[in-house]
Amino acid sequence: MIVAKGLTKRFGDVLAVEDLDMDVKSGEIFGFLGPNGAGKTTTIRMLSALISPTSGKAKVAGYEVGREDNEIRRNAGILTESPGLYDRLSAEKNLSFFAELHDVEDVAGQVERYLRLLGLWDRRGDVAATFSKGMRQKLAIARAMLHEPKVLFLDEPTAGLDPEMARLVREFIGELKDKGRTIFLCTHNLDEADRLCDRIAVVNTRLLALDTPEALRAKLYDRVVVIHLSAASPEYEKVVREQPFVRSVELKDNKLVVGLDDPERNNPELIRALVDAGADIQFVGELRRSLEEIYLRLVK
Amino acid sequence: MRKIWVIARKEWAEVFKNRFVLFTVVFMPLMMTALPLIILYTMGTPGEMAGFSAADMPASFADLCEGLSGETCGQYFIVSQFMLLFMLMPLAIPATFASYSIVGEKTTRTLEPVLATPVTTLELLAGKAVAAALPAIGATWLSFSIFSLGVAILTEGSALLRQVTGPLWLFAIVVVGPLLAVAAVSIAIMVSSRANDPRVAEQISMLVILPLLGLFFAQISGLIFINETMILWMAIGVTVLDVGLLAFATQLFQREAILTRWK
Ligand SMILES: Nc1ncnc2c1ncn2[C@@H]1O[C@H](COP(=O)(O)OP(=O)(O)OP(=O)(O)O)[C@@H](O)[C@H]1O
Ligand SMILES: [Mg+2]
Repeated sequence: MIVAKGLTKRFGDVLAVEDLDMDVKSGEIFGFLGPNGAGKTTTIRMLSALISPTSGKAKVAGYEVGREDNEIRRNAGILTESPGLYDRLSAEKNLSFFAELHDVEDVAGQVERYLRLLGLWDRRGDVAATFSKGMRQKLAIARAMLHEPKVLFLDEPTAGLDPEMARLVREFIGELKDKGRTIFLCTHNLDEADRLCDRIAVVNTRLLALDTPEALRAKLYDRVVVIHLSAASPEYEKVVREQPFVRSVELKDNKLVVGLDDPERNNPELIRALVDAGADIQFVGELRRSLEEIYLRLVK
Repeated sequence: MRKIWVIARKEWAEVFKNRFVLFTVVFMPLMMTALPLIILYTMGTPGEMAGFSAADMPASFADLCEGLSGETCGQYFIVSQFMLLFMLMPLAIPATFASYSIVGEKTTRTLEPVLATPVTTLELLAGKAVAAALPAIGATWLSFSIFSLGVAILTEGSALLRQVTGPLWLFAIVVVGPLLAVAAVSIAIMVSSRANDPRVAEQISMLVILPLLGLFFAQISGLIFINETMILWMAIGVTVLDVGLLAFATQLFQREAILTRWK
């Protein structure tokens, strides 16, 4: 649905995006992560035909950036970095203006539909200036949806929202995916990316990694199993270390932290060895690396 | 075309909520209509100007008085000074309006979502220009109509009315006025694209009224008088200026420039 090849953007001397290759599939939520100034907003602007690439090519919904920009604008919706609402106009007017610019057929119908979906219907007559940050963000999301775009670019949709509002927005994004839309999501909330995204790209001007969250974990770290004992001793650590498949062992309080390649296959053998050595095992669990650890390691 | 209208309507809904703009668009025309009428009223008391004759007028004005009585000629001389004020409106109103409508969009960052819709750059700029020019032209024409009506009532349908609604004035108000509005709008859009404070943009854009003010003072001091030839040349000059400004503006305002340079 979105294809980029060698996409590059330069602002004078500043290289904002360099040689970006990616392929976002139809119907997936694609996370786009990177530190401040990594070129995320610039990438979204290029892909939504707002600014032209310095070099490289991209296609969105089958249309080529720079050649079929108007088609891209018809098929893509964008939640811009700042909501950009007309403060003096009512929520309803804000939306109907954009519906008309998008040639939406049933303007009033679409405006009502999205105001209701995002819980703003009761406030439709109030001017946007009186809205809270969360309400403004929701109104901006509604605005991006009015023309039922196939591709949705969301630039930090949950930034600055309280946990409940952020969760509402996340659920809404999940529902959009269920309706078959392709979503390109920029976020600094790594937990959100981990939960929502099918695949994740980590960028810092250049593309650093691109894969499913699971595959990124596996690529960067060994899998780690944690074994809780009622009483640990260095003797058990030695037993573990003697197993051929174990890559690392560490004794922490009453826990053995064991790095190995294939826990599904090796764990039973490992546990048996420990039990035979007289260990009292309370729990066995896998240590999941947070996406944050992966991210920080990538962008360093 | 439809989108130009959509944008213009949005501008009106938004910008007319601003007191400064409302003040300029409503108060200025009101004042400029009332002022000449009040002057006409105070000097029009019968008999006061009876002793006047065309010979008392500056020579360059006397030509315009052909076939008028001395009194009417005197009144016409005074009222003539205000014709240029009616041409001030189409210059000043767009300067204010465009400043608030464009710098306003910059400070609230509303342009990016607009540019993400399938609206063309030309439609966007035309919408803003129409939004600024139409109220100016409308206000000018409306206040001129009220002024003419006032002249008709005060002078009981005299020869003065025939002068004021004659070809010279009508051409100035109906043709030159809108041409001036177009020039003012283009300049105001250019200025606003670089300014960050609507009031600063407004003040700089207001400089377009200087040439006209110069003309106004030249006329008051008797240096020149606006006649048919002059107004015709003025129309031609402003038309050329308009074409140049519009060509320049479309060059200047590429989509990406609007997004990244209108800061
Ligand atoms: N209009 C512009 N003119 C000049 N430089 C720009 C412009 N827009 C972006 N840049 C530069 O491009 C780089 C990438 O900026 P961008 O806004 O894309 O980052 P980002 O990943 O969205 O950052 P953040 O997480 O802070 O939103 C930065 O160095 C920025 O200064
Ligand atoms: Mg950004």
